[in-house]
Amino acid sequence: MKLILDKVTQKFPGRKIFHDISIEVEKGEKLVITGPNGSGKTTLAKIIGSLIRPSSGLVKVEIGGKTICGSEIISHIGLVAPDLFLYDELTGAENIAFFTSVIDGQTENTASLFGRYGLEGRENDLVRSYSSGMKQRLKYILAMLRKPPLLILDEPTANLDEDGKDIVRDIITKHDGITVIATNEQADLGYADKTIVLGR
Amino acid sequence: MPIKRLSWGAKTIAVLVKDIRGELRTRYAIGAIVMFAVITVVAVGFSLSGIPLDLNLQGILFWLVIYFASVAGLGQSFIKEEESKTSLALRIYAPPVAVFGGKLLFNLLLLFTLEIVLVPLFALLVGLGIRQLPLFIAILATGTFGLACSTTIVAAIIAKASIKGVLFAVLSFPLILPVLIMAIKGTQKALSIGLVFASASGELQVLISYAAIMLIAGFLLFEFVWND
Repeated sequence: MKLILDKVTQKFPGRKIFHDISIEVEKGEKLVITGPNGSGKTTLAKIIGSLIRPSSGLVKVEIGGKTICGSEIISHIGLVAPDLFLYDELTGAENIAFFTSVIDGQTENTASLFGRYGLEGRENDLVRSYSSGMKQRLKYILAMLRKPPLLILDEPTANLDEDGKDIVRDIITKHDGITVIATNEQADLGYADKTIVLGR
Repeated sequence: MPIKRLSWGAKTIAVLVKDIRGELRTRYAIGAIVMFAVITVVAVGFSLSGIPLDLNLQGILFWLVIYFASVAGLGQSFIKEEESKTSLALRIYAPPVAVFGGKLLFNLLLLFTLEIVLVPLFALLVGLGIRQLPLFIAILATGTFGLACSTTIVAAIIAKASIKGVLFAVLSFPLILPVLIMAIKGTQKALSIGLVFASASGELQVLISYAAIMLIAGFLLFEFVWND
């Protein structure tokens, strides 16, 4: 498996965010994207996941002897990001049951699954009643359901306590696909096998 | 750990069940649709104050209430995903075919619920002299299906826009007009004295063809609309 960024450029009207970013990331490697606020970390992470189309350049993923690009990549990603939201009007368990159904996810006892992510006993509560840290943990359950070859984490430890950060550390270190981390946290920079520094 | 693999159909039903569950807890769309229809019919019924309405006008008014009620509520299935910011998760994890299919079935369910409330209320307060019940049901079913297909794809297109309500009405009107005209004509025949089922075969053919075209176009176009 390989992630290839070929001269990726992003412009917004009147402003160039980043230009000509080219890099190759192999299976098992962690790519860290860092830079000051507004430098385009989230935008680049979303371009890698094909959730945003770049102004120019190409993102490709070689997977299982096949090269895919564009919206084909979406079905291979797991995403944890501040602007990803789950259904507030459903319980945590209902959210996960729904997404498990639509992604061919792994079935696991809900209580033990929620327990592993520090949400034991809260699976039948409405997500509306979750704290922001609990919602972040739920996003990790969702992201890992698919066993994604390409895991994209935007501000991975946002809103998490120390236990939550340990869970994230465990997920990142054990993930055997490609992990893309958009962060400014000093602790997260240490995961990098390759780094893109934006805003220079 | 076992992998849970479901067919496209089962994934579509999963999206539908998720939407029904959410709707039952929030009354986001059904409230808008049913309240619009009830208020309109009650207002018209009271303003007529017992004066019988011409059969042709009954057919026109009946479908206008369905049309405006659907404009008020059917767009919500996608708009709600955008406003609650859940569309990103749905886009990443659910196949587009299942999303479109689930939303279409949800809109169909909303329209049929509306009609269950609307038909007796309309008959009671405005008057709906149905002479050909099988024809009336056939026109209602095919018209509803066409309406749901076209509004579902338009709702997906406008969901990301900032002026959703206006855009939904403007874009859906020309698409829905053929359904509306044929459904009104077919309903007028179902209300007319002495006409048989076959008299509306032209209208039914147009409605069935329209629904089939919109259904196929919807499934073909949706992935581009959803992922861009």
